[in-house]
Amino acid sequence: MTGNGRRVVIGASSVPRFLPHVRFQHDPVRDRWIVLAPERMFVPDDIAAEILQRVDGARTVATLAGDLAQDFDAPAATVTLDIITLLQDLADKMVITA
Amino acid sequence: MTVPPPLALMMELTHRCPLRCAYCSNPLALEPASQELDTASWRRVLDQAAAMGILQVHFSGGEPTVRSDLEDLVGHAASVGLYTNLITSGVLLDSLRIDALAARGLEHVQLGFQDCDPAGSESISGFRGGFERKIKVAGWLRQRGLALTVNAVMTRHNAVRAGALIDLAAELGARRVEIANVQYYGWGLLNRAALMPTRDQLIEMTAVVEAARQRLTGIMVIDYVIPDYYAKRPKACMGGWARRFVNVTPTGRVLPCHAAETIPDLAFDRVCDRPLAEIWTDNMAFQKYRGIKGMPATCQHCDHREIDWGGCRCQALALAGAADAVDPTCERSPNHDEIQAIAAREAMTGRTDFVYRQRSLG
Ligand code: SF4
Ligand code: SF4
Repeated sequence: MTGNGRRVVIGASSVPRFLPHVRFQHDPVRDRWIVLAPERMFVPDDIAAEILQRVDGARTVATLAGDLAQDFDAPAATVTLDIITLLQDLADKMVITA
Repeated sequence: MTVPPPLALMMELTHRCPLRCAYCSNPLALEPASQELDTASWRRVLDQAAAMGILQVHFSGGEPTVRSDLEDLVGHAASVGLYTNLITSGVLLDSLRIDALAARGLEHVQLGFQDCDPAGSESISGFRGGFERKIKVAGWLRQRGLALTVNAVMTRHNAVRAGALIDLAAELGARRVEIANVQYYGWGLLNRAALMPTRDQLIEMTAVVEAARQRLTGIMVIDYVIPDYYAKRPKACMGGWARRFVNVTPTGRVLPCHAAETIPDLAFDRVCDRPLAEIWTDNMAFQKYRGIKGMPATCQHCDHREIDWGGCRCQALALAGAADAVDPTCERSPNHDEIQAIAAREAMTGRTDFVYRQRSLG
């Protein structure tokens, strides 16, 4: 799939997934998570990697936030905002869609 | 100290190409088809690349689709876990071949456009009908669901059409467009006076790109490469010498960048003679300019040293006469003013007498 002519706006009810031909995987040689995209790669920081590991094309941002808030004992509102900021940035880089 | 492995492998499968672009960055001495690596050798390169931690492979050339084993090599790359990119002019592709490549696991195609005007396209590539063919190819790629990047190569002849090229890329459903001003290596360097845009064209192009980025946020990514002759500082060539990329030529010579063979006192190894990982770590050409200690003294003490990695050694050689000089596109180079003056002067010559890429200049 290529561009679809409209900007994806991420909100709490969005169901994020990786665009086709974008791979999120663990790099065993460097022991870190990595996003592989056309001629590009992104190295997410630890928090971003935790979020991206939960992106499965089924759960909403709100659900992901709930999970993460529980796992990391953090306020859900802050977590939701962090997730939206990260995923919007990645949507604008053509890595994530919803 | 251990050397971190590269992230990406550039496989120049062949120097053969039906096009004859005046800006081609292939070397003037093109490697002959008879000496190209065979399928088994390239498969071994892919195995070694994956084992040493390389993540992406770029199938390039020349025109990689002239190799009938491209599907096989793409399939092999995918099977060892590499992310596969094909860099092509597209003119030899048809829908069956695209289906086959997609079925073997190809992820992404970078389709090169010389222009969005068929006549301009023909004039710079010496190839008729290329533009029309590329439009078809883009359609097939889209149908097949492959990720598409449009690579628009910019010179003073198509500079006014930067905006139209961006619009074309969006229409074609590209996820990404590169507005890539020619970098002056190989045939491009030879033809520099007939290609260089004016500073005014560049300012205009930059404004067009900025406006399009606003308009197309979240719809298409726009990467913009300027000719660094007009810049204050050089580009971070290859993301730093022997730091992220390794390039293998059609005959198997292993280079830190595709132009590295222009530097006369470097000795290169071949993939048939030595494992890739060992070449990466130990070959003298890789070691020579690697990291901060491989930079000119001015760069070693400069705040930008880990931003532009001291620019480009090949450009330093071409423009300042020494590979270990400060890249003359940097304002701290003693040659900087001269280089900017040359660019401005050449841009005004109005020359269109291209030397088309060809097997022998004789
Ligand atoms: S720049 Fe033109 S001539 Fe050179 S390899 Fe690419 S398509 Fe062929
Ligand atoms: S002196 Fe070297 S490191 Fe500093 S900006 Fe110039 S090229 Fe880059």
